[in-house]
Amino acid sequence: MGKRLGKWFISMKTAMLAVIIGLLVYLAVPFSAFAADPSGAETLAHNPQSPVDYVWVLVCGFLVFFMQAGFAMVEAGFCRAKNATNLMAKNTIDFVVASLVFMAFGFALMMGNDYKGLIGTSGWFLHGANYDVGKYLMFFWQLVFAGTAATIVSGAVAERLKFKAYFLYSLAVTAIVYPIYGHWVWGGGWLSKLPFGVGHVDFAGSGVVHTIGGFVGLAGAIVLGPRFGKFGKDGKPRAIPGHSIVLAALGTFILWFGWFGFNPGSTFSAHQLRIAVIAVNTNLAAAAGAAVAILLVFLKTKKWDVGMMLNGCLAGLVAVTAPCAWIEAWAAVVIGSIAGLLVVLSVYFWENIGVDDPVGAVSVHAVNGFWGLISVGLFADGTYGLGTTEGPLVKGLFYGGGLGQLIAQAIGAVVCVAWAFGLGLIIFKVMDKCFGVRVLPHEEIKGLDIGEHGTPAYPNFYTFNN
Amino acid sequence: MRKIEAVIRVEKLEEVTDALEKFGCPGMMVTHIEGHGRQKGITEQFRGREFKVNFIPKIKIEIVVKDVDTDKIIQLIMSTVKTGEIGDGKIFIYPIENIVRIRTGEKGEVAV
Repeated sequence: MGKRLGKWFISMKTAMLAVIIGLLVYLAVPFSAFAADPSGAETLAHNPQSPVDYVWVLVCGFLVFFMQAGFAMVEAGFCRAKNATNLMAKNTIDFVVASLVFMAFGFALMMGNDYKGLIGTSGWFLHGANYDVGKYLMFFWQLVFAGTAATIVSGAVAERLKFKAYFLYSLAVTAIVYPIYGHWVWGGGWLSKLPFGVGHVDFAGSGVVHTIGGFVGLAGAIVLGPRFGKFGKDGKPRAIPGHSIVLAALGTFILWFGWFGFNPGSTFSAHQLRIAVIAVNTNLAAAAGAAVAILLVFLKTKKWDVGMMLNGCLAGLVAVTAPCAWIEAWAAVVIGSIAGLLVVLSVYFWENIGVDDPVGAVSVHAVNGFWGLISVGLFADGTYGLGTTEGPLVKGLFYGGGLGQLIAQAIGAVVCVAWAFGLGLIIFKVMDKCFGVRVLPHEEIKGLDIGEHGTPAYPNFYTFNN
Repeated sequence: MRKIEAVIRVEKLEEVTDALEKFGCPGMMVTHIEGHGRQKGITEQFRGREFKVNFIPKIKIEIVVKDVDTDKIIQLIMSTVKTGEIGDGKIFIYPIENIVRIRTGEKGEVAV
């Protein structure tokens, strides 16, 4: 056994060595034959107006990056103090992994030259023709989105998933799950070319980012099972209150702020003055979602529930992410309001069927990402096209666009769910078979901070748990 | 000598401290505790779901006083912390066998 394992390691080592040598050879060959512009001088000479677009996209990208902080705070606030270190670790490592993996594989799979509408095939390691200011700009933009999709999952699997499993999951999502679906919608793949409406569209990623992240999270939550104490002996769901509504609210404000980069920046150009419409729609949906969620819970319990209002706000933002560029203000309010309703129903629904989603990530991102995709087919008003003011314009059912766009949206949404949930189940199941994805029971009860990291989040405070 | 142990509302601590100081009470010990009496905890809510909190934060004050002061101090605490609502707390009175002041070795009522 030992000998066989030894041999296996040696052959693995040889294989790794071969890969590394191959890589070095690949990276050492200059690709001067391609018209890449690493300095930016040619791009500027060709288009003197490009700096404003570059600055716009980069600043919006920085805002999207800051959403990592928002997710970290929301999840920490909605979970118990004994797992706060673990949540910080996971929210950091996913962006660390995303940055490296997306540079190596993800970006090429997503935005490289299209192969039969399925995957991209060029731009590995940002090398050769991709050593270009325009490509780097696009890479940065897509990277912060990939990081967002990855980080959504940590909320759904919080307080019981091993750090090791999260590390590997981040690899799989940013190398395969996100980029390939992203290619189908944004990289010129088959969904964008559906023969209905203008093809499946998703302006800033209700589907590509949020539905993907949300349904992978759902798969993780199902494979893991609920936390200890989430369901009573009678099987009834019980509340496990988080340790800081203050952090959860701060995180929500950071996300809300970051969304002003996420959606308007998706024009990829400051010359698209539609950014003003997008910013207003984004904000209105957030407000409508928050208002409906807090009112609904008040009707049920006679208390002004802040946690649910925060989830409602995020639900509105997720839903409006796909349609934000193609709708007018009233539609943003309607879409956000329905998101607020959906998030409340969804939180109760998942709990009642035995799924434990500690921060409501599935209800916010999976359910409302899906709703956002569908809403394009209903509310798109035909005043704006695919990131351009020229045709084809996106028109939904309520504006006389017929059923075409709605069908394209529904196909894309269903494919998105199947892809994310299916691959999510495979990823978590395989890991579970190999090494077990859930921490040991005594570790879970003591909190993951000590067992997994050796570092309590609040070492000088007595953190007590019911 | 008696030990007076009063379990009171958290928000009443400052008021009762002031009143005891004015009276000339020699010293006091304060502990943050959790517990419940006959009202059996309260209901809180988190993201749309209500849950029961069995133990409510309270303050426990311990004072050791001379026999002659006992009733006056109990009256003082009651008049300061009483609101008439559920959750005002309780006062427990214990006999004290002896007291030793560590610094001087004095014993009995002089050490109070």
